[in-house]
Amino acid sequence: MNFETIVFYIFAALTVFAALRVITARNPMHAVLFLVLAFISSSGIWLLLEAEFLAITLVLVYVGAVMVLFLFVVMMLDINLVRLREGFWRWLPFGATLAGLMVFQMVWVLGGIDSIGGIEPVKHAADYSNTKELGRLIYTDYVYAFELAAVLLLIAMVAAIALTLRRRKDSRSQNVADQVAVKRNDRVRIVKMQAEQRVTGQLSENKE
Amino acid sequence: MELLQILQQTGQDLLGPAWLPVWTIIKIMVIVLPIMGGVAYLTLIERKVLGWMQVRPGPNRVGYWGLLQPLADGIKLLMKEVIIPTKSNKFLFLAAPVMALAPALAAWAVIPFDDGMALANVNAGLLYLLAMTSLGVYGIIIAGWASNSKYAFLGALRSAAQIVSYELAMGFALVCVLLAAQSMNMGDIVRGQQSEYGLLGWYFIPLFPMFVVYFLAGVAETNRAPFDLAEDESAIVAGFHTEYSGMGFALFFLAEYANMILIAALTSVMFLGGWLNPFHGWPMIGGLTDAIPGLFWMLGKMSFFLFLFLWFRATFPRYRYDQLMRLGWKVFIPLTLVWVVVVAAWMQTPFWVW
Repeated sequence: MNFETIVFYIFAALTVFAALRVITARNPMHAVLFLVLAFISSSGIWLLLEAEFLAITLVLVYVGAVMVLFLFVVMMLDINLVRLREGFWRWLPFGATLAGLMVFQMVWVLGGIDSIGGIEPVKHAADYSNTKELGRLIYTDYVYAFELAAVLLLIAMVAAIALTLRRRKDSRSQNVADQVAVKRNDRVRIVKMQAEQRVTGQLSENKE
Repeated sequence: MELLQILQQTGQDLLGPAWLPVWTIIKIMVIVLPIMGGVAYLTLIERKVLGWMQVRPGPNRVGYWGLLQPLADGIKLLMKEVIIPTKSNKFLFLAAPVMALAPALAAWAVIPFDDGMALANVNAGLLYLLAMTSLGVYGIIIAGWASNSKYAFLGALRSAAQIVSYELAMGFALVCVLLAAQSMNMGDIVRGQQSEYGLLGWYFIPLFPMFVVYFLAGVAETNRAPFDLAEDESAIVAGFHTEYSGMGFALFFLAEYANMILIAALTSVMFLGGWLNPFHGWPMIGGLTDAIPGLFWMLGKMSFFLFLFLWFRATFPRYRYDQLMRLGWKVFIPLTLVWVVVVAAWMQTPFWVW
């Protein structure tokens, strides 16, 4: 057992533990933070596989952006834990069956039962750049699929904005572009006039 | 260099395989300790500069010229009681400052201070940096939530929304840099800016809008004035660290200043040629200044950006929240998106000389 294998088992154990805590933690904030831990430790496993681009992107996109928004939502929700936990035992067999099916599928796709013992991954030379290889594949061999996915995402984004955007007529708002574009002449009028003459003796006249 | 080799050799003989981790820890210390010292004295310089800009002397009581002021502040914060608010989440409350500081320090691993002088020569250095700087927001959110205080919570929400928004513009600006350098390795990015024309070869010329956007987004990312909505005194007391006292507060302070120094270092590396001599290849002055070590130029450029941070703070009034969001989403992101395409197209033409 070399050093890398030990590191792999540490990360793997951390991932499984964190994933379990995600569904068992009583506090939803803790659950989200355990999900973050699961992401970070699986990105460690990817780093061991020399997939540094995917590993760092996982941290950047999921941990750095998506999970932040998750935290945001969870922090502001009023979650009733008792209601969430209702029917846990009723649905357990169903969920367990699904999970078992998924495990079976994964094993099947990733190389059959024989691979459980472990296949030694092929090491690349030091000048091998995972990022470059990935870019080459995405932008040459799989360019149509990639562009299609991008367009789909764009449509989803536009649709989400279009569905939630509403302009309220009764609310007042500022047009910042107008505010920035304001010139002095729009706001201030300089009036030139003669200085007024001092009027003397007026006060006493009024008194009379 | 020879001295380093002798040190390596004796270490290798003495400790064998255990030497590698020891040597790495020594290198980490060599980076982290000066950063901590820099943070301490940056607080003094900040107060001095703010003082001079407002025509007053700034701190000048502790030590000659106020030079012991950071030490005095540090001792004061160490001696203070750490108060944990009632019904707060104790573990997360204490972990949050660490989560804020750790990514700010971890990011330094890939910064080159001179040719080949970096802790880790990572191929995807730029990506690593983006990932590390995006983790800093957790410290703030968790601090705000774990404090069980409305002010802290509001500050955390503001800060998180702000950081996530400005990270996008920052990322796109960095995409321009990696397009121009054709590499994500920090050392290669600096080497890509080397030319016979000194500072004319640096990326701040072809990528000028990105340079400005990157630095301003950096100011916003570090929650500094004029983007310090997260600690808006007049509205939400001190924002996410309202409930922190003593060392908890000090750690947030350290994280903020370490992040400032980090942004200054990154801007210098990516747009101002890192350790390169600005006058290299110029007649007369080029030959004279080439003898100066690269570390000096790097630190000089960083100091310039750090001064900009302080200058902004003394000059600009705080943004309103909607103005902040408008600047991030409606100005910076479209501008950077367009510039990515412009640079990509420009690089295909013979007019790209960088």
